[in-house]
Amino acid sequence: MAILITEKTRVIVQGMSGRIGQFHAADMIKHGTNVVGGVTPGKGGERLLDRPLFNTVREAVEETGAEASLLFVPPPFAADAIMEAADAGIKTAVCVTDGIPSQDMMRVKRFLRRYPESRKMRLIGPNCAGIISPGKGFMGIMPPHIYMPGRVGIVGRSGTLGYEAASQMKALGIGVSTSVGIGGDPINGSSFRDILELFQQDPETDAVMMIGEIGGPQEAEAAAWAARNMTKPIVAYIAGLSAPKGRKMGHAGAIISAFGESAQEKVEILTAAGITVAPNPSSMGETMARVMAARRAAA
Amino acid sequence: MDIHEYQAKEILGRFGVPVPRGGLAYSPEQAAYRARELGGHAWVVKAQVHAGGRGAAGGVKLCKSVDEVQSYAASLFGRQLVTKQTDQNGKGVYRLWIEPACDIAQELYLGFVLDRKSERIMIVASAHGGIEIEDLAETDPASLRRMTIDPATGLVEFQARELAFGLGLSGTQISQMVTILQACYRAYRDLDAMMVEINPLVITGAGDLVALDAKMSFDTNALFRRPQIAELRDRSQEDPRESTAGDHGLAYVGLTGDIGCIINGAGLAMATMDMIKLAGGEPANFLDIGGGASPERVVRAFRTVLADRNVSVILVNIFAGINRCDWVAEGVVKAYREVGMTIPVVVRLAGTNVEEGKTILEASGLPLITADTLAEAAAKAVAARPKLAA
Repeated sequence: MAILITEKTRVIVQGMSGRIGQFHAADMIKHGTNVVGGVTPGKGGERLLDRPLFNTVREAVEETGAEASLLFVPPPFAADAIMEAADAGIKTAVCVTDGIPSQDMMRVKRFLRRYPESRKMRLIGPNCAGIISPGKGFMGIMPPHIYMPGRVGIVGRSGTLGYEAASQMKALGIGVSTSVGIGGDPINGSSFRDILELFQQDPETDAVMMIGEIGGPQEAEAAAWAARNMTKPIVAYIAGLSAPKGRKMGHAGAIISAFGESAQEKVEILTAAGITVAPNPSSMGETMARVMAARRAAA
Repeated sequence: MDIHEYQAKEILGRFGVPVPRGGLAYSPEQAAYRARELGGHAWVVKAQVHAGGRGAAGGVKLCKSVDEVQSYAASLFGRQLVTKQTDQNGKGVYRLWIEPACDIAQELYLGFVLDRKSERIMIVASAHGGIEIEDLAETDPASLRRMTIDPATGLVEFQARELAFGLGLSGTQISQMVTILQACYRAYRDLDAMMVEINPLVITGAGDLVALDAKMSFDTNALFRRPQIAELRDRSQEDPRESTAGDHGLAYVGLTGDIGCIINGAGLAMATMDMIKLAGGEPANFLDIGGGASPERVVRAFRTVLADRNVSVILVNIFAGINRCDWVAEGVVKAYREVGMTIPVVVRLAGTNVEEGKTILEASGLPLITADTLAEAAAKAVAARPKLAA
């Protein structure tokens, strides 16, 4: 059943009438994603891509039964749109937007806590490529053809590095259950640990590829959790071994500003937690193949 | 985005933080004039650059006469100040801040940062200030007090009081500290700061608290709603290659190696740099061309990378999702012809429209070195470097 998205998930797109939103919504529909409508304030009642548009997320949820929302909303308005989705009862929101102010994300995270666990929205991103369960559906901007359906989960901050991992595995005949981009911002909706938990519970995932980078405490936190709770093997790679301290490397969150945030330190922390770390970004696929073969041999 | 000390003091002063009087100077003569204007018998002359560690680098001096102020100012203007926090080129000194000397009884440390673990604003404070926080964390970690602020309530007064007592303050210093903490928090929140640092926050001989130094940096993602902050940007303090690249929508970080990198996606860019290093080379830069890059943006990327004279090979690594390999290939061919390329170019394309892209590269007849995988691309780039003269 993969995680977060299947062929059954009813998806709306916030900001579908924009140029980028429309382009990717069309691609999602073409690849079998169950897109049931879009939201653009002021365009309610119109139709786009043969789907209805709504003024508010609440109307969209009431009319279509949407459970998931993909957001292509510009940075100044993105936090508001995320909170609207949460309040309307959306279960999973994926926000692609890059450039949301940090304090807006601080408010979003605080806002999400107001709902009881049973109806709390899971946010993926922002500043991420999205999520894909190959052959079933996707919400995001990734090229779906590079993914082969299979039983390895991918979770990473970087979109393109996730593509790199998926294509290396595909070349070795290893497919993907679901790939999740958690995004490159300092404050994000779901952490590595949150997604590892989902993969651990998913009967269709056998192993996880975790792709981290410099900056922030989330890889270390995930390693500590995995050491105690994860029975499925994890292969990791941490980007930024050659990144200088104190410089922001593209992603707002990719900056070494505290102890334990450099790639070297993270590799040590992950290794100490029993996670196999790929020695270089070109060997993510073969490292996964080796770890899975060892696991099969032991079983 | 960083601002200067004097600008941070002006902002924090407006929010209620006690700051010393001072004057700004753009010339040695003006520095002398400011000293006379401020009065007194001793002044501190401080180079205004976007970097810490100025004191140890000779950018701050206590002067005992107006003549000394002027001659020291003359020695500073136009100089590149190299501190622990700058690269070997340093930062240019074009503005000086002059303050009357202050009578210091004790130095404290006070910082406000974004804590990524709690995802809240965190206060870090110590009764032992005056040295860099990194050093403080090593030499006296027990003295550091931390406190996070709930965005729903803001900094509550009892929290501020607890911190003030915890730092060993007493009497009227408690209410002064509460005022300072709340002012800093409001400035941080209202102006979308990423960091506020007062180091040192001093207790004067008379027992009052004063912010003797101040540093603020701001969330560039929020500058669209903070025009008054955006105006404080000082390009003289930036790496010119990085500011120019930023103007064209390219995320660029200059490094010291010789393999120029043109890549899409921050993660893939970092990974490619790692791969170059593992293959025995050194990256000259980090460069992310971003999503949906047009041929023109690719040409711009080439020009940016080539502006670095150390570059002896260019490595283009694209895994296109939202991008298109055919557009990138067109850009590579266009750039090659327009800039009159004299150094080897290695190109690796994958993802959306990869076959179209490869066809364009082949049809161009240009001596491009192509690669299919990340490892192959890095190895070929390292091998393509001109051999160093023996």
